[in-house]
Order: sequence, then structure tokens, then C-alpha cells
Amino acid sequence: MTVRDFQEAFDEKIDKEIAIEPRDWMPDNYRKTLIRQISQHAHSEIVGMLPEGNWITRAPSLRRKAVLLAKVQDEAGHGLYLYSAAETLGISRDEMYDQLHSGKAKYSSIFNYPTTTWADMGAIGWLVDGAAIMNQVALCRTSYGPYARAMVRICKEESFHQRQGFEILLQMSKGTEIQRRMVQDAIDRWWWPSLMMFGPSDDNSPNTAQSMRWRVKRFTNDELRQRFVDVTVEQCKILGMTLPDPELKWNEEKGHYDFGAINWEEFWNVVNGNGPCNKERLEARAKAWENGKWVRDAAFAYSEKRKERSGSKDSKAA
Amino acid sequence: MPEQNSNKNEWPLWEVFIRSKAGLDHKHAGSLHAIDANMAIENARDVYTRRMEGVSIWVVESKYIHASDPDSSGALFDPANDKIYRHPTFYDLPDELTHM
Repeated sequence: MTVRDFQEAFDEKIDKEIAIEPRDWMPDNYRKTLIRQISQHAHSEIVGMLPEGNWITRAPSLRRKAVLLAKVQDEAGHGLYLYSAAETLGISRDEMYDQLHSGKAKYSSIFNYPTTTWADMGAIGWLVDGAAIMNQVALCRTSYGPYARAMVRICKEESFHQRQGFEILLQMSKGTEIQRRMVQDAIDRWWWPSLMMFGPSDDNSPNTAQSMRWRVKRFTNDELRQRFVDVTVEQCKILGMTLPDPELKWNEEKGHYDFGAINWEEFWNVVNGNGPCNKERLEARAKAWENGKWVRDAAFAYSEKRKERSGSKDSKAA
Repeated sequence: MPEQNSNKNEWPLWEVFIRSKAGLDHKHAGSLHAIDANMAIENARDVYTRRMEGVSIWVVESKYIHASDPDSSGALFDPANDKIYRHPTFYDLPDELTHM
């Protein structure tokens, strides 16, 4: 078969909704796009543990602490599912870590914002995980098999993340005036960055068309963002709180909520490393990796030694 | 299967298979890195069975898995393609015939 035949066979599979698997032929750019997207996604899960890890020791009750621990452990797991999905495309785990630690690879900008009060744990679960789920549910049908399978597993687990967040806010919203103010303050700080999680608007997202053609993406950034706004506005009413957007208004004709302009300058600033916590997050990651080196080395040495010993025992027996 | 990378310091890659309950077979769940089989099983427990997804775990180093070539799957599976008489629906039998 020539490259053209391979390309045609690939296109046909995509059109027929047949998943692409690791050893199938795929265009170089499809592979590159997936490596970038899946590794970014994995990095986001791993860095995403940091803002919440900040609150594990300060959770207000044993129940909340157990829940938060389980959530953060899930995020580690999600990162691992995604790293191994990316590895099937031929990139090594260490290469991906290097890209993260050197700042070459990106992760979701949302994790570059600080978590200043306990209400932030609620807002992150409700809004940040809510936005992530909106995106991830769509990715369960992405064309690359290992990525889609990882997403299915992740979506099953994420649902509790959003529910526990909403529960935190709901409970606080029934509390004292100070607690209610904390909830509103957290919502005010996390709302806009959550909308930015869907990425640049469609007219500024040059890769969207190709990703849609390859069925890597199933919906555009703006479509998913709109869907998120529509469901979240209704949920917010249950909390009796407001979303910090005076332009938020039901549009009868469109059947959707209209919302105000996103501050893209802020978005690009944070993406490019100038958010409130970019430096702190990367330093924490790099430090964890460096501090774990002796453990990795020791495990390696132990395994080498055991191999040697079992080798010499075998030769004695012979 | 994923290609083995030549990075010497990286722990080997393992494929994880999980039996979700007694009576069912082990099913591929994903992969992970570990230095040896014991660590692979412990890591698999943490990564793939946090919600009681399994009662048994198999791990095998990825390099030991041999797979058919996707590019020749047409020829490989060809012998089964034209033998529809292997399926019960191939046989034209009267509707009155029951318990069969």
C-alpha cells in the first residue's frame, strides 16, 4: 500500500466511526495532535492535585477530608490513565514529564489560580470539574481508542467530584452570613476562569476544524462553553447565589443564555506563564519529581540486584 | 501494543488485566510502569481498582505481548468471512419448531 492508500483507509475509518488503535497507520499530524492533547490533559490532572492538596490538612471535618483525599487520589489516577494512553502513540513517560517540568508542555490554566478559602474546594468541584466533565463526556467518543477508553473511565469517576463540590457549597449556603459570603466570593473568582477552560473562541481556534474532521473533538469550544453556561445558571439558582456576569440573560430565540465577553487577555496571560500561581505549581511538580528520584533509583537498584542474584542461583543449580 | 522505549531509567511498562468478579474473565484495563511484578500488582490495585472494580489482577510486561498485525488483518481473518453457515440464523426452519 502507498501512503495515499493508507491515508484513504484512515479517512474511511474516521468516516465510519471506526476507532483508530495504536498500531494502525495514522497521519503524523494526527499522532502529534493527540500526543499534545492527551499529555496536556494528563498534566492538567496531575497539576490539578496541587490547589486541592493545599486543603487536605485543613478540611473542616473528617468526612470532608476523606472525600477530598479520594478526589485528589482519583486525579492522580486520571493522570496515569492519560499518560499511558499517550504512551501508546510512541512518546515516553519521562519525555512527557520533561516537557511539563521544563514548561514546554501546557496544562489547564485554571490550576494557576490560588485556592484561598474552603469554599474554593466547593467551587472547584462544581465549576471546574463541571466544565471538565462537559469536555470529557464529549471526548468519550473521540476517534483514538485508548484516549476514548481512558475518558470513559474518567467520566465514571468524575461525577462524584462535581457532586461533592456542589454539596460543599450547598451546605455553606445554608450556613452563617460569613459562610454565604465565602460561597459568593468563591463563585465570583472561579466563574470566569471556568469559562476559559473551554479554550479560545471558535474564530480564534485554528486547530478546531482539523480536530473535528479527525473526530478527535466532537464539539467546538464555544458549543461546549454554551452548554456549560446553560446548565450551570440553573444549578446556581439552587444555591441562591449569583454568577458574576451582569449580561447573563436567557435568550428565548436562541434557547440559550447570553453571557458577557470573556477577558481573553487574562486567559493568554495565564497560558503564557503569568498567572498568579504558574511558578509555584511548576516548582511544586519539579520538586516532587526531584525528591522522588532516590526512591526510583533505589527501586531500580533493588530490581537489578534481585535479577543478578536469581541469575547466579540458576547457574549454581545448573 | 505500545512500543517499548529505550529510556533506561524508566521503569518497564506493564499491561494490567482485571477480573471484575468471580466467574468472569480477566479483561485488559490499561497499563502502568513498575519495577517488578509485585509493584505492578500494587500499582494496578491503586490505579485501576479504587472502586472495587476487581477481585483479581493479572500483570504482564508489555514487551511479552505479541499481537497480530493490523495491516494484514484482512487476510488473517479472511477464512471466517464467508462461512455464514456457522451461525444458527443461517438455517431456514419452520416457525412451529420450538426449543431449538
